[in-house]
Amino acid sequence: MYKFLLCLRYLKTRWIALASIVSVTLGVATLIVVNSVMDGFTTQMQDRMHGILSDIVVESRSSVGIAQPGWYEERIRARLGDSLSGVTTVVTLPAMMTFQHNGTSHTQHINLIGIDQKTYATVSDFSKYLLHPENREKLDFVLKQTGYAPDRKRLQPSGWEYRKPVSRYRKASADNLREEKQIEEARYHDLQEQIKAQEPEGDDSALGSLMAGPSIQIQNGAQQVKGFDAEFDQRTGIVLGIGLGSVRGREPDGSVDDFFYLRPGDDVAVTFPNAGTPPRGINESFTIVDFYESKMSEYDSTFAFVPIEKLQQSRGMIDPRTGAGAVTSIQIKLKPGADLNAARDVLRDEFPVSHEFVEVRSWKETQGPLLAAVQLETTILNILLFMIIAVAGFGILATFFMIVVEKTRDIGILKSLGATGPGIATIFLGYGVLLGTVGAGVGVLCGLAFVWKINDIARVIEWITGREVFDPTVYYFDTIPTIIHPFMLVWVTIGAILIAVLASVLPSIRAARMHPVEALRYE
Amino acid sequence: MNNNDPTNKPNSVPPTPHLLQSASKAGVPWRVVHPDESANQASSPHVPSPRLTTFPVPRETSYLIAAIGLTKAYRKHKTEVPGLKGVDFAAERGKITAIIGQSGSGKSTLLHLLGTLDRPDEGEIAFDGARIDSLPARQRDRFRNQQLGMIFQFYHLLPELTLLENVLAPAMIGNGALHYWRHRRSIIDRAKHLIELVGLSHRLKHRPRELSGGEMQRTAIARALVTNPSLLLADEPTGNLDQDTGASILQLLRNLNGEHGLTIVMVTHDESIAGQCDAVVRLKGGKVERLGPAPLRSLI
Repeated sequence: MYKFLLCLRYLKTRWIALASIVSVTLGVATLIVVNSVMDGFTTQMQDRMHGILSDIVVESRSSVGIAQPGWYEERIRARLGDSLSGVTTVVTLPAMMTFQHNGTSHTQHINLIGIDQKTYATVSDFSKYLLHPENREKLDFVLKQTGYAPDRKRLQPSGWEYRKPVSRYRKASADNLREEKQIEEARYHDLQEQIKAQEPEGDDSALGSLMAGPSIQIQNGAQQVKGFDAEFDQRTGIVLGIGLGSVRGREPDGSVDDFFYLRPGDDVAVTFPNAGTPPRGINESFTIVDFYESKMSEYDSTFAFVPIEKLQQSRGMIDPRTGAGAVTSIQIKLKPGADLNAARDVLRDEFPVSHEFVEVRSWKETQGPLLAAVQLETTILNILLFMIIAVAGFGILATFFMIVVEKTRDIGILKSLGATGPGIATIFLGYGVLLGTVGAGVGVLCGLAFVWKINDIARVIEWITGREVFDPTVYYFDTIPTIIHPFMLVWVTIGAILIAVLASVLPSIRAARMHPVEALRYE
Repeated sequence: MNNNDPTNKPNSVPPTPHLLQSASKAGVPWRVVHPDESANQASSPHVPSPRLTTFPVPRETSYLIAAIGLTKAYRKHKTEVPGLKGVDFAAERGKITAIIGQSGSGKSTLLHLLGTLDRPDEGEIAFDGARIDSLPARQRDRFRNQQLGMIFQFYHLLPELTLLENVLAPAMIGNGALHYWRHRRSIIDRAKHLIELVGLSHRLKHRPRELSGGEMQRTAIARALVTNPSLLLADEPTGNLDQDTGASILQLLRNLNGEHGLTIVMVTHDESIAGQCDAVVRLKGGKVERLGPAPLRSLI
């Protein structure tokens, strides 16, 4: 009883000890903030990756791909049975996208993905990242009239609302150009006539044909395909990653926004290899029907989705006898709660690398290095921060020794009143526990408050330092994502209290061993 | 009643410890023997102990605490500073015994040995017929808590606790937390009663630094008595107080002795205080120079 009473009283009157646990508080708070942000980041990233990547991929590395996807699908269904949620076939290709902007030509590398729009949404969160609400419901690769993310001012106008006037303008300017050429030609013709009239015996037909030649070959993209009118027709639809069509930058007022140089309704040319040996480049034009925004910059700046049949046709992947199209990979979604690794192993067993030329990978393996790097970073940060708390432990040790010396006479008094050595030790151990609890408790509260208001705090720090803490143009997140795991809180708190207790063990032993007479005489 | 357990309260009719004898070889640390028995043993060649200690306490008197042949040396920087060099001591039940001597005569050391705060290098101490100096640490702690009250020259109150909490401290130490909590009413009542006895009822919630010297010493006395001990050890209780306050503290002690039969052993260097006590033991250079009034003088 006296132990508890004295612990409390010492806690109330010894401010120096409270100062020594500020470092514990700070360490705990930092640990919580760092872990929450790292967890938030990792979870967001994993969620997105997972959503995008589907659970398991059966992939062929050959350019022809898997010739009988139906047969594979059957075997997958047979082996996975109930844990299977969805299967889709996909053709993925490295490709090159070319487009015109401001009169100049731009080329970009893309990952061209041919998807089966009926089943693709069953294996990945693809649909929810599309901009147009109707496409989110059901993607049909058809250009919509309007309604592409109306809250984004920089994206407006888009869809047919954008394509029609632009095409009309282009057509008109092409017509003008042609008219001008005709007038020019007529004038030139007149001029030649005049020259001929003046010099009747000279033979300069060669010059005339040379000068007249190019005027016949004036070309216009819109008129290349017979019967295709860009004002009313669209080409095969393509869904571009938003990073392929825009640049993230700042408005003059400092707010972050996307600046679009492509928008739904624009046409792009895509070059990709066919399935032949050696592969040849194939050129196809596509009309952008939507953007895909997963907020994972790696995916948003490389992915382009087109209908799988188009790719199969263009690449020559359709078996002329059966009419079945080959695919490069089969994507599998498992039911929630199914064991990912077990399912992968089952499929590996079904399609051994030695027999089948396909590779079975789970999404975690696909993104293994990145996830491992984040994990490593979290672990190292945790170790470092616990080092900080350990350093705080030494501070507590020193302070406690001072307090024990300061309380020497009290210890003598207590012993003269019949307190036992272990009893005295308990006072100081209890004091350590109490200090650790207070320090860790305040730290937890501070950490939680920090995490709760982290975006406001980031803004204040930005305002003070003038430097961006969390640059949305880099991270693709508007706010700092955080997740607080209760287990992590418990773990950090127990760790901090344990360090405080360990630090108070030595001073406690010293106090317990103090000789009562010497302690009483201590001045 | 088991005399070998010093934590037991002394009986109202105490046994007559005629001879106290060390018989540790026999497995009994301390026992009471009759003179004939003792003589038999002393003369017997089978007695193995080389230092058979006889304690000549008369049959008809009862000594609450008695010590024989106490030696204690302090070491400071490897030079021995003699503390006690073979001191015999006894304090009669229900009396005030003064230990008087110059500074450095070893009187405080003697008191500390009697209070089991320290162990003698040689010699033995018996409380109510049972040896206490050789007890294990835990039993000595318990003995101090239950049987002894101690007051000091510098009061030695705990600065963080209020007056009431200071008085309660020995009771808290002596009882487990649960036991204390169950009986807190009666314990607090007793503490308040004692505080009333020393005349400080109006200062229950005050901290020691808000009290005067006399008040602190009264608090210390109340604290010393809260576990209802049978022996009060006082180390110059008036040494730090002015004449009047000191006198009132002495009066308080005398009242406690007179009305409640409390046995008091008091260290002082003041001849006039010693003169008012029932017995005086005079120390000089670590030895008993002269015994005080009659009852004690007859001991040796």
